Amino acid sequence: MTRFNAWNVLKNGLLGQSGWDRQWRDPEPKSAYDVVIVGGGLHGLATAYYLAKYHQVRRIAVVEKGWIGGGNAGRNTTIVRSNYFLPGNREFYEKSLTMWEQLSHELNYNVMFSQRSHVSLFHSPGARDAVARRYNIMRLTGNDDTELWDLETLKRNIPHLNTEDARFPILGAAVQKRAGTARHDAVAWGYARAADALGVDILQNCEVQSIERDENSIQTLTTSRGAITAKKVGFAVAGNTSLLWQQAGLGQLPIESHKLQAFVTEPLKPLIDQVVVYGVGGAHFYISQSDKGGLVYGGDLDWYKSYAQRGNLHIVQDVAECATAIFPCVGRARLLRHWSGIQDMSMDGSPFICKTPLSNLYLNAGWNYGGFKATCASGWYFADLIANDRPDPVIEGHNLQRFETGAVLDERGAGADCKLHG
Amino acid sequence: MIRINCPFCGPRDQVEFSYGGDGSIVYPPLDADATAWHDAVHQRENIRGLQVETWQHVYGCRQWLKVERSTVDHTIHSVRLAHDGAAMAVEAENGR
Repeated sequence: MTRFNAWNVLKNGLLGQSGWDRQWRDPEPKSAYDVVIVGGGLHGLATAYYLAKYHQVRRIAVVEKGWIGGGNAGRNTTIVRSNYFLPGNREFYEKSLTMWEQLSHELNYNVMFSQRSHVSLFHSPGARDAVARRYNIMRLTGNDDTELWDLETLKRNIPHLNTEDARFPILGAAVQKRAGTARHDAVAWGYARAADALGVDILQNCEVQSIERDENSIQTLTTSRGAITAKKVGFAVAGNTSLLWQQAGLGQLPIESHKLQAFVTEPLKPLIDQVVVYGVGGAHFYISQSDKGGLVYGGDLDWYKSYAQRGNLHIVQDVAECATAIFPCVGRARLLRHWSGIQDMSMDGSPFICKTPLSNLYLNAGWNYGGFKATCASGWYFADLIANDRPDPVIEGHNLQRFETGAVLDERGAGADCKLHG
Repeated sequence: MIRINCPFCGPRDQVEFSYGGDGSIVYPPLDADATAWHDAVHQRENIRGLQVETWQHVYGCRQWLKVERSTVDHTIHSVRLAHDGAAMAVEAENGR
């Protein structure tokens, strides 16, 4: 692997860019591995990387049914933040944000992490009290990057916001300064390249078709590129977890697959410097501007269960209304693309990184629509779980038993209904 | 846009309806053990294909419906009132 550095960039600039290697190999599958990660998304690739780098596991494969970065890795709004407040989630997402801050150096790949602030608008004294509580908890548990902005500060920082005649008057905002966005496919490619350099086999177009197991463990994965035996197997296939789980003969999960849409407009001159989030009366909307200038935004789920990677029109209307409600000036921006990804919606809105009924199977699932920001910590703790066969204390609560014991991680307090979380 | 053929109101856009959830769930008796309740409330088959689900026609007749819909391409295969007795009465009325 040719490292990216000033010298190599200069040298290849003079040599017509002829000195670069393939970013990652395209190996033939071996018949056996120590660890096989199913799912070449961000979490799967990150897990493989941390296993190889920090746990000295040598024979690792990532199997992906399509191409890496082609699922939800390429279907999100790239927001990174850690404004969670339940014990467990608090430490987990803060760990992830801390890792994001070093990720480009860690991977020798520019993931374009931009800490541009995450600005969450509030519209009533009740909402202000609720976010003040949440952000104070963040301050008391290690974050000094949270602020409560009054209307004047908000106007100064985001001048185009409609604070004059909005249907729901804006009173202020809760802000996390270290939050921001990153470049989604750079994250996938960066992890893939770094993992590959450590000997990880990234097997694309390699779909798991059936799973052979005995009473207690998985023996063989039959894939579209041949049979693979593995000492340990990790599932990281958010969106399709239930299907793989049932292939392994393990029954039902507290997960439903729903779809979420995201949108990007034609490129505009710099307009919005932050990630701005608007949520009132149940509506939910978030917007930022990419480095190319497109406004990237998204809203709520389509509200009904679906495996179609295709969104429905009522959400197009809903998010357009939200956008023009807070930024009337974008009313004439044309929509360039929109896309939809399938989310594992869990019963309490929190993920699973845990052991399973099978001794050599580990589960990484249930990311609702917050998986992008979690990438680093998800890979970190999942690798640790697989290597050491026990959960780190931070993720002990993220197990499948929590609905039996009642120790749910319900950030929103919405109860046992998948579509209400996220 | 999905169109749902409401037994009372005729074909209407999906935005008039509110999605309930998996219609195959049968809640156990109140004195059933915790495992049975855990499974009914939390565990899901999460079908990829044809599933029975509940929708409520909130901006119409306000009736709960049982809809057979494909979760892959959203095609609707059947719509029926969720209440069995009412469904039979309506179907008899319509001569089906």
